[in-house]
Amino acid sequence: MQSTFQSKHFTRLQRLGDWLNSERGLGYTLVAPAVILLLGLIAYPFCLSIYLSLSDRLLAVASSGRFIGLGNFINLLDDSIFRQSVWNTFNYAFVSVFFKLVLGMLMALVLNEITFLKNFFRGMLLLPWIVPTSLSALGWLWLYDSQYSVFSWILLNLGLIQEKIIWLGSPVMAMLSIQLVNIWRGIPFFGISLLAGMQTISQELYEAAEIDGANAWHRFWQVTWPLLMPVTLVVTLFSLVQTFADFQIVYVLTRGGPVNSTHLFATLAHQTAILSGKLGEGAAISLFMFPMLAVAIILQLRYLQQRD
Amino acid sequence: MQFSRLQRKILRGSIVYLGLAFFVVIMLFPFYWMVITSIKPDVELYLSKQNPLWVFNPTPQHYIYLFQKTPFVTWLTNSLLVAIVSTSVSLFIGTIAAYALARLRFRGAQVMGMSIFITYLVPTTLLFLPLAYIIRNLGLYDHPVALMITYPTFLVPFCTWLLMGYFKGIPKDLEECATVDGATRIQALIYIILPLMLPGLVSAGLFAFTMSWNEFIYALTFTQSDSVKTLPVGIVAQLVLGDVYFWGSLMAAALLGSVPIAILYSFFLEYYVKGMTAGAVKG
Repeated sequence: MQSTFQSKHFTRLQRLGDWLNSERGLGYTLVAPAVILLLGLIAYPFCLSIYLSLSDRLLAVASSGRFIGLGNFINLLDDSIFRQSVWNTFNYAFVSVFFKLVLGMLMALVLNEITFLKNFFRGMLLLPWIVPTSLSALGWLWLYDSQYSVFSWILLNLGLIQEKIIWLGSPVMAMLSIQLVNIWRGIPFFGISLLAGMQTISQELYEAAEIDGANAWHRFWQVTWPLLMPVTLVVTLFSLVQTFADFQIVYVLTRGGPVNSTHLFATLAHQTAILSGKLGEGAAISLFMFPMLAVAIILQLRYLQQRD
Repeated sequence: MQFSRLQRKILRGSIVYLGLAFFVVIMLFPFYWMVITSIKPDVELYLSKQNPLWVFNPTPQHYIYLFQKTPFVTWLTNSLLVAIVSTSVSLFIGTIAAYALARLRFRGAQVMGMSIFITYLVPTTLLFLPLAYIIRNLGLYDHPVALMITYPTFLVPFCTWLLMGYFKGIPKDLEECATVDGATRIQALIYIILPLMLPGLVSAGLFAFTMSWNEFIYALTFTQSDSVKTLPVGIVAQLVLGDVYFWGSLMAAALLGSVPIAILYSFFLEYYVKGMTAGAVKG
């Protein structure tokens, strides 16, 4: 009796050992935690957000949540604040990403030429990207202060303006001001990523181009730009998705104001669902970020497949 | 006009270093302004007619206020705890998943690798509302565990993706030798491969720590009380009081909140650069 029990026990252990030593068995076992996490806290919430967006669920009322079909979406498309936010989000994302790309490219070109204290400068220039955005945005809130703004002080003393600029007070200036912060924060990401790409380009190509009489301008457009294109595309797409879904800079600097002129999808969703408690409508707003994400995902996957 | 070789070299050098100076000023000025503000007495901050770009009577008063009159230390501890737990968990889950996806052949591995990449792109703001709903239903609202289980949703895809690249760079022969000598796959992974993966693990760990330290919207949405808040949310939501700003201590707090990251980062710059360019360059 005892011995059969032991041998049963033994074979079970052995079978487990065999399973873990086979590629298939070990493979499934090792990816299981990641799969469970991604299903439970990404796939399920995503489906849940679609479900919530089709209901009138309130955040604090558990019994609420009637199915209302596309009601939230129809109301949103009719809502001037939402339509304003759609425009704001596109404006914020495309303008910021454009300048991040241009200035990041310049930063990469500069860093690529530096020999003196190379790592030190690279490290210093990466700081805006590495520190908590919410905290650096707080620094910018003080830089933009209506009364004590040091930017205004400098411009006044240089004689470039006659009176203090109200950075966050008018719709146009507020949008420009938050774009500036986003650009400032994002330049290093572009700069360092593009620099890493540049360093994989063979030096011989530049030498060959130089022998053919190409000047620096031509070398950039004939050698660097085309060879860097894959990296540029990946970095730009990634940044576009992130900027499109931005939250912290607006939350800290303007909370969407003045008169909703700086609300983005994420800040409007937060205000609607958490502050006003309309969870269903908020979920519908945040789902508007999805199409942009889907496009980026498809393009990135296509690029990955091509390269493999 | 034809420049000589030397002239061209000098011209090129000055353009490069002028460009460098431009970027250094633009990128670092906000930090300079924050430092200056944090050590200025209030009189200099609000009433002085002197040059605001300099500090004439530096004072530690704002830092003292921060430690004595605000829950700064509590928030700091919370941030550390959440970041350490979620980083360790994610690093573990990410390492084993990356090993399986990079090394083992089994059905579904391809699809799984692709899903990891897709989730790596998903921004946190897309899912914070359904997650808030789930957190409330689980009874975890205003509890640090809410952050410890949600942070891995963006850390695990990142760690897995980064580490898959490192695993692929380690020759398969090494592992095969070990298994021929009688080691199981798991033993080979722990004793032979992981030590070689150290740079990758450091890179992923540092980056994951930074991402959780900097996270904002989950912490803002899933927590409420001072005893649970993380540092960024505590500073932004509690210290900014209506129209009355204590700029000196606010800037002191913002700087101190960035210091742990800046220290880690100054020691491990190379690893950081590898982490941030993993998606773009190596793929």
